[in-house]
Amino acid sequence: MNQPARTPFVAALADASLPASGIAWLDRARRENLDAFLAAGLPDTRVEAWKYTALRALAQRSFAAGDAQAADRVVDPAALALPGVEGPALVFVNGAFRADLSSLDALPEGIGLRPLSQALASEPEPLRFALSRHYREAGEAFARLNAAFARDGAVLRVAAGARVAAPLRLLFVGAPADGDVAWHLRNVVELEEDAELSLVEQHLGTGEQAHLGTVLTDHTLHAGAILRHAVLQQAGAASSLVRRSHYRLDARAQVYLHALELGGGLARHDVWAELVGDAAAFHTRGAFLPGGRQHADTQLAIHHRARDTVSSSLWRGVASGRGRGVFRGAIVVNAGADGADASLGNKNLLLSPQAEIDTKPELEIYADEVKAAHGATVGQLDERALFYLRSRGIPGAQARSLLTAAFARAPFESLEHEALRAHVEQLLLAQLPG
Amino acid sequence: MLKIDNLHARVEGKDILKGLSLEVKPGEVHAIMGPNGAGKSTLGNVLSGREGYEVTEGSVVFEGRNLLELEPEERAAAGVFLAFQYPVEIPGVNNTYFLRAAYNAQRKARGEAELDSMQFLKRVREKLKVMQLSPELLNRAVNEGFSGGEKKRNEIFQMALLEPKLAILDETDSGLDIDALKQVAEGVNALRSPERSFIVVTHYQRLLDYIVPDFVHVLAGGRIVESGDRSLALKLEERGYAWLAEHGEPAGADA
Repeated sequence: MNQPARTPFVAALADASLPASGIAWLDRARRENLDAFLAAGLPDTRVEAWKYTALRALAQRSFAAGDAQAADRVVDPAALALPGVEGPALVFVNGAFRADLSSLDALPEGIGLRPLSQALASEPEPLRFALSRHYREAGEAFARLNAAFARDGAVLRVAAGARVAAPLRLLFVGAPADGDVAWHLRNVVELEEDAELSLVEQHLGTGEQAHLGTVLTDHTLHAGAILRHAVLQQAGAASSLVRRSHYRLDARAQVYLHALELGGGLARHDVWAELVGDAAAFHTRGAFLPGGRQHADTQLAIHHRARDTVSSSLWRGVASGRGRGVFRGAIVVNAGADGADASLGNKNLLLSPQAEIDTKPELEIYADEVKAAHGATVGQLDERALFYLRSRGIPGAQARSLLTAAFARAPFESLEHEALRAHVEQLLLAQLPG
Repeated sequence: MLKIDNLHARVEGKDILKGLSLEVKPGEVHAIMGPNGAGKSTLGNVLSGREGYEVTEGSVVFEGRNLLELEPEERAAAGVFLAFQYPVEIPGVNNTYFLRAAYNAQRKARGEAELDSMQFLKRVREKLKVMQLSPELLNRAVNEGFSGGEKKRNEIFQMALLEPKLAILDETDSGLDIDALKQVAEGVNALRSPERSFIVVTHYQRLLDYIVPDFVHVLAGGRIVESGDRSLALKLEERGYAWLAEHGEPAGADA
């Protein structure tokens, strides 16, 4: 087979030394994933999962493998505050855990939360299954990179029956370094039987930097567990952020995901859910708002593998300037997943003639007695509503931004945490033109 | 206050208004009646500045200004208010937020101080009482899930709050039962004053039993073909619009 010519992106990583853990299975998995990455490089748009997100420009750039001074990068703690959400927080800067910015003192009972680097040093074996995975698909280049280079992340475990109402926070920050770096974080989240957790995941960028970050997270929910997961993505405007989130739900487990995608020059998020236990439920709500020259790509793949499983997804996209949004929502109802109930909707707004949104709902059903509905639209603001507001004295630009904010806010009305919901609304109003 | 002279307007390439003239002085209530398709709603839309209505001839002067040059929000700030025939539902925009944004935008445009949320709420509560609207509606999205009657009452409530100089009521009676009609009329009557004028557009004379106009005009074929006092409305009710066609020349011939 032909070896593809090495792009600057691949060449820069070819000579990078892998982190040495001293754990044989981990070092082997890292080596194999790096080799797989080097052999195939970045996917091009012929790979279905990357059809609307071209990586040509990224491939021409070179990133240093990690930030050696990540522990010393200056980050203003005030920039990390989330009003109304205080409590335990684990903070990572340029791919490294920062004890000085984190707060782990008041961990509720039943919660185990620590950085991956510490977990690997003391007790690596429970992580073996998650971290020795090989990524075999052509579209999984970033997962391979992550598996090869990630040396830190969050390991979060909620004990059986523990119910934690106040949200825990995970913060992933990109900060200026000496040149552009590629950093990687690997998170492992596990909720044991009937555990309940509220989790806020934030992606932030400070200062001028054009790093590449990858974040790979496994969420495992055992029977009856409930996860409320809010994601606020405000990565730096010039940075690239590629995330992949797996969710595995046992019987009666429930996930409520709210995701707001605001930042990043190139932001890609893959959500991969497997409903493997009867009556598991996976609900996603989200909005992506690419403006300027931003590119935001959200990919949902929801697999119903057991009886009476439920999924619902409501997403809104708003593209302005030369912003480009991509949404793919795939629902697969496997044979035997009888009684499944799946719905998926994606509505989009284009605010400028140069903006673009590509949306693609997909439905594959191999079971009986299934309820499934999906739909997607791309349109402009409702002229009737716009005139109504203006006829009452609200200037055109303000009326537009009011209507746009209302459109983008809809998925977050079901966000239970009041302070968080208010914060999302503020972020939306601040982001929108007008 | 308002002087419309020889107004011609076109919608989607079709001539609808064909030489409409009307003068409204402060404190006057003018009713405009006419059969379907006569151009009644077009008049309200042209006056409030809706896009897609092309004025091809004539002029509209409001308080000495060329109204047709102004953006819809500028007309609102100048004191023109349109009560919609079909108030628009706006999901996700909170009613109170919308009202305050509108109220303060108008004040700002006129160089007046904006109200803070406490001051504004006080004002809202006063006006709510007048319209007998449930305060609960304020917490909902604009017109979303409102009944037909609630929507129309909400229009009049907005009018009470914004205190325009000229209010145009576009078929505000359509779809209302008699109780709702009375409530709407009471709201309007409470706002009548020597400075405030009304143009009441309606198909039926029933509304005019409750909002008693100073003048009644009949709009047909894009022009005012008959003007008179309240008795003209009763005559129309009695004889129907078909009577107009047989009636020959317009303009106050009947006495």
